[in-house]
Amino acid sequence: MSSSVIDLKRVYRSFKSGRDIVPVLQDINISVNRLEFLCLVGESGCGKTTTGKIICGLLPPSAGIVEFEGADIASLRGEDYRRFRRSVQIIHQDPYASLNPTQTVSEMLSYPLVRHKLAPRGRGVLQRVHELLELVDLTPVGDFVNKYPHQLSGGQRQRVSIARALTTEPSVIVADEAVSMVDVSIRIGILQMMMDLRDRLDVTIVFITHDLALAKYFAWDGRIGVMYLGRLVEIGRTQEIIRDPQHPYTRVLLSAIPEPDPEKTRSKQHIQLRSEDIPRLTELPPGCSFHPRCPWYMAEVCDQEVPELSVSFQSGSDVEVACIPLQRGTELVLHDA
Amino acid sequence: MSPMLPPDVVLKVDNLSVVYRTDRGDVKATANVSFELRNGEAMALIGESGSGKTTISLALIRKLPRNAVIKSGRILYQRNQKVQDVLELNSRQLREFRWNECAMVFQGAQNAFNPVLKIRRQFEDTAQSHGWTDKSAVRKRALSLLQLVRLDPERVYDAYPHELSGGMKQRTLLALGVLLSPQIVILDEPTTALDILTQRAIIDVLNDMQRQLNFSIIFISHDLSLAAEMADHVATVYAGEIVELGGVNDIFYRSLHPYTQGLLTSVPTLEHTQDMLQSIPGSPPNLITPPNGCKFHPRCGFADDVCMEDSPPLTADIGGHLAACWHKDRLIESRKTRV
Ligand SMILES: Nc1ncnc2c1ncn2[C@@H]1O[C@H](COP(=O)(O)OP(=O)(O)OP(=O)(O)O)[C@@H](O)[C@H]1O
Ligand SMILES: Nc1ncnc2c1ncn2[C@@H]1O[C@H](COP(=O)(O)OP(=O)(O)OP(=O)(O)O)[C@@H](O)[C@H]1O
Ligand code: SF4
Ligand SMILES: [Mg+2]
Ligand SMILES: [Mg+2]
Repeated sequence: MSSSVIDLKRVYRSFKSGRDIVPVLQDINISVNRLEFLCLVGESGCGKTTTGKIICGLLPPSAGIVEFEGADIASLRGEDYRRFRRSVQIIHQDPYASLNPTQTVSEMLSYPLVRHKLAPRGRGVLQRVHELLELVDLTPVGDFVNKYPHQLSGGQRQRVSIARALTTEPSVIVADEAVSMVDVSIRIGILQMMMDLRDRLDVTIVFITHDLALAKYFAWDGRIGVMYLGRLVEIGRTQEIIRDPQHPYTRVLLSAIPEPDPEKTRSKQHIQLRSEDIPRLTELPPGCSFHPRCPWYMAEVCDQEVPELSVSFQSGSDVEVACIPLQRGTELVLHDA
Repeated sequence: MSPMLPPDVVLKVDNLSVVYRTDRGDVKATANVSFELRNGEAMALIGESGSGKTTISLALIRKLPRNAVIKSGRILYQRNQKVQDVLELNSRQLREFRWNECAMVFQGAQNAFNPVLKIRRQFEDTAQSHGWTDKSAVRKRALSLLQLVRLDPERVYDAYPHELSGGMKQRTLLALGVLLSPQIVILDEPTTALDILTQRAIIDVLNDMQRQLNFSIIFISHDLSLAAEMADHVATVYAGEIVELGGVNDIFYRSLHPYTQGLLTSVPTLEHTQDMLQSIPGSPPNLITPPNGCKFHPRCGFADDVCMEDSPPLTADIGGHLAACWHKDRLIESRKTRV
């Protein structure tokens, strides 16, 4: 059996909006390997959440195939389908909106346990609730079981969301901006707890964030996939991408980010875009969708052919990029803004 | 009778305390806050959600919500060697102060544009409410400011807000904020909720504007990187108090407060090395019944009995670097052993 748990193969997703058909995801190919730390990054609206929902089966693709443990999820029926849905869980972006305000922590966690018969009724359920709260470090457990969401801090709520995702004993968790809404001082603690879950419970975590520094921290020993306007433009080992980004969009992004170090951030060279306008998804430019903004754009190449992800010619690494000049091994020449 | 300020100080906040009255008790959102802002400098207020950053800035322009009460303090403002206490201005003076002297760009204000009015009207109305009625002069100034924030001036001036992206709206707000040439611009979370590349454009624009127009900036952010990049001075706010205040390098390289230090060790960087990070244990206190002594003591690794009983004063080190902590020496010691 392959080492991947989830495979997206040529996945497309579009939405109707009035008369328009909005292509939100195009030709996404990703394999999520068992127990790897994979991060999807990109700016708002690039399709991260949509990809996450497709991975968990919350949203069907418009075209393409999603496989879970090698089986096309569209062909799963009955118990097989239910097992897939239980095995792949999502933690939503907003810890305030995603918890039912009228349920206590204990009720929230018991409900799926009872519904899916995941623990023996009565004592068994209670015991499992305790275990789950311990796993997410909400201890002493007694202080939390009977609390309502409004009695918890943002970070505690996010821990409850994680505990709830764990009730079904998933093998994959998609964590969508799981710490973006919590305070800086406690983010890393939650992230470390999630990283420990991999070792304690054998769960694979796909982490979605717009924060590349956070992605770097989470996926230091894993991979990062960079998305732009509904496509994956670069994917590969985190350390290589951070050290030596290939795709022009990734390079521009990394150069633009301020850093928490006055001397470093002030001496950083920022690569200027050719244009700051972000195209609409309904009016995507031909060829590479980044070409109107790309500082390395090559006329008559980048505006004609849509680049597919493949290994870059010169890098000597296995990072994949979707950029035709790079794939051909052409020297990139920086345009002035 | 009017107090004296050094000539380069435009604003001096002195012992400001604000509470919000609520059913559950008083929320002590700003407690004994003091700082000075100099001509042309950028000062950052950093701190976590709920620490009181917005409250401080709203107090400065007296735009606090109704249930807020200013318990103590002075907010001294200086222009042309004349010093006034903002807390004593009458409503006419206050209106003048708000745009002519101290403009504020509110948190999330990109979404607060009146959707049915063209950008032009928003500039004209602002000018008019301050007695500036010559529309062609307003237009001329507005276009030059829109140019300065790197927008296409003609197009944006005649656009409706919904025709502009979030980043364009934020830049338009910056241009609008300086329409009446204020000496101080307050920016509440100016880049939060904007994309990385848009954030970069805003930062660059702000730097340009400040260089050309030479106003002072107070900006509020929970993003340490933004402070590292833009601020001359940084104040760390915790539980309504300024717990540390110093030059940007003092704060980032020689912090003297365990909370600032904790924040710095909890943010990842983009360097090509693995970050050794650690969260601060616990969570920020409730401001209705904040802890006794140092409000940070329940989360602090250096805390002892003194910290639990007595509130540490904000005292100066060499170079005017202020910190409110009983155990600065131990903090410095620990840094030596860690490196
Ligand atoms: N149900 C829907 N109907 C129509 N358009 C949608 C729908 N869901 C998402 N979109 C659009 O798809 C695009 C991608 O959205 P998505 O939420 O996946 O982005 P994201 O990368 O998660 O962004 P963010 O960082 O803001 O969370 C956006 O333009 C969004 O407006
Ligand atoms: N109108 C109000 N009535 C009662 N309490 C309030 C009111 N406005 C703010 N508070 C409380 O005052 C404290 C300080 O709030 P403030 O908005 O100044 O914080 P902040 O540092 O700006 O936070 P954020 O980063 O989330 O914007 C918080 O505990 C908040 O809940
Ligand atoms: S005074 Fe005490 S508790 Fe407060 S920051 Fe300093 S060491 Fe920590
Ligand atoms: Mg999203
Ligand atoms: Mg605020």
